[in-house]
Amino acid sequence: MSAPAALAGSPGRDPRADAEWSRRRVLGNNLRALVGRAYPRIRGMAGEPSWVLFEILLPFLTTSAFVLVYRALAAPEAYVGFVVLGGALSAFWLNVVWMMASQLYWEKSQGNLELYFAAPMNLMSVLLGMAIGGLVMSSTRAIAVLVVASLVYGVAFDVQQWLLLGVVFLLTLTALYGLGMMLASLFLLWSREAWNLANLMIEPIWFVSGLNFPVGRLGMLGALAIATIPFAVGLDAMRQLVFAGQASLLGTPSPEAEALILVGMTVVFVALARWMMRTIERMARGRGSLSIRWQ
Amino acid sequence: MSIERTTATLPPAISVAGLRRVYDVKPEPVTALGGVDLEVAPGEFFGLLGPNGAGKTTLIKILTTLLLPTAGEARIFGFDVATDSRRIRRIMNMVAGGEQSGYGILTVREQLWMFSQFYGLGTREGWRRVDELIEAVGLAEQRVQRVSTLATGQRQKMNMARGLLNDPWILFLDEPTLGLDVAAARGIRELILDWKAAVPGRTVLLTTHYMAEADELCERIAIVDRGRILAIGSPEELKRRIQRESIFRLELDHLDGGAARLARLPGVVSAALAADSDAEAQRVVVNLVLVEDAALGAVVTALGGLGSQILALRKSEPTLEDVFIELVGRGFADGADDTDGAGGHAGEDRGSGGGMPATAEVVVAEVEAERVEAGR
Repeated sequence: MSAPAALAGSPGRDPRADAEWSRRRVLGNNLRALVGRAYPRIRGMAGEPSWVLFEILLPFLTTSAFVLVYRALAAPEAYVGFVVLGGALSAFWLNVVWMMASQLYWEKSQGNLELYFAAPMNLMSVLLGMAIGGLVMSSTRAIAVLVVASLVYGVAFDVQQWLLLGVVFLLTLTALYGLGMMLASLFLLWSREAWNLANLMIEPIWFVSGLNFPVGRLGMLGALAIATIPFAVGLDAMRQLVFAGQASLLGTPSPEAEALILVGMTVVFVALARWMMRTIERMARGRGSLSIRWQ
Repeated sequence: MSIERTTATLPPAISVAGLRRVYDVKPEPVTALGGVDLEVAPGEFFGLLGPNGAGKTTLIKILTTLLLPTAGEARIFGFDVATDSRRIRRIMNMVAGGEQSGYGILTVREQLWMFSQFYGLGTREGWRRVDELIEAVGLAEQRVQRVSTLATGQRQKMNMARGLLNDPWILFLDEPTLGLDVAAARGIRELILDWKAAVPGRTVLLTTHYMAEADELCERIAIVDRGRILAIGSPEELKRRIQRESIFRLELDHLDGGAARLARLPGVVSAALAADSDAEAQRVVVNLVLVEDAALGAVVTALGGLGSQILALRKSEPTLEDVFIELVGRGFADGADDTDGAGGHAGEDRGSGGGMPATAEVVVAEVEAERVEAGR
């Protein structure tokens, strides 16, 4: 190997001066890190088309099963729409729990985590990059489920407050990914235990969130879910907004009130995620748990 | 102001004082670093030489801001690793041997570009830098090959390119040629030397347990064992320390009782098995350090008494391994029997050097072969 210009760098600089970055440069670094980390996710979608089977066709079977059950029981037709919307939005929840929260754990086992920490960007950028990369896949799944279900089962959507629907959707995603970042920190701290816990929690969370039925049917438990789980409150608000005439079947607070709950959740989760990420980085550096090799 | 002029006024590239690191593990805490003091000047190529479990990787992890010290202080160009990690991360990079980082689904070019974004390079600048470095490390043919399909040597070249993406002022290399064949290891060593020589002030901290590699690359070396620095100096200085004694390399068909038996003889300063011993092949190699040449007579007599046949006997110039034996009282090949006290668990450090031509002599032979080849 020769010594080409690539190795020459920029002579005349000073290491101490180079360590001082302007705010603009820090921001630019974090935005680029976000794009950089989103890239493998999106590239993976294009490179491994098998995700269509696992992410769209198989989940659609679960949704279909509930549709058939409701129809067999002669439940109100709106329930079919509720199930379809729940099935579509479950992709985002799975993305948070499976792909985002556990990602730092997997990155650690792959040896990437220490490189992330050794780079100058904020780890929040990496997590956001993962989230956005995953969001592309989740959104594709959600849209595909909605479209296919509408065509196959004749679901009729009735949206009268498009702006509020958009706001609720964005708030739900922000709160969800804030929660995902918090969970990612916990995964970093507890590794395998957190992974097992997340697996354990998926079904109970879906149940109390009313994935396949109106959460209001759970009474106090449903109210508690609406107050604490962004997926539950977001899904319920969107059901009210997407099926405007059927709100009476849900028996839950108005979408405006639920939007306010989502705002509160967003603020709390994002702030907590920021704090936890810093705290847990410090703890992980103290404990020596940022990498598999510890000595 | 040029770096040549400012280097003199810069704080040390690495400054470590009273550094301790204790891992709180069961059944009892392990002291990986037991009070290390070290200073590396800007522009220096510095080596940490020691067996598995010596504490090299722990020290690198602290210096690269991945681990906090239990006590003491460590600074990079004056920035404290505990409180100024963000600044340090802007001017350093690290590459480890056997590194499997990144995503197998990406091509070499994509993977490097992704990492370039973590250092804030602009999109176009990132692609340009990636392409230049791919050329520099000799991966042009693999540029659009998936990372998961790269051979070990190719992967390590890619890792080296990753380590140079941000044009760091200080590069930490943790066993960078681990598991590589002769040609690939030579390529990596040349790349490091070329990169460092291109800009004054670039600093390299290399950890290795290949003594010939340290000898070839490093301006100064610290010999580390069980979490402590035993000696620091240039390779020549370190070797001069033991040149007062006579050093012999003895090849035997077998040796009952091991090298320790010879070490107890009068006039023998130390005796240790060399790393290329192969008892199964009836070839035991012992590195002997004697007070003077005359002490060899007693050794030969003793070997006769033990029934050992001398296959070869050669007087050696001191090597870094001899220096290590002198300082530690055992060779690398005698095993990292450091399960007690500082130094931690044997073999924790990527497989105790196994699966690798983990012998100083083999590497010497490789380096010599390379020199012969280069001379053609």
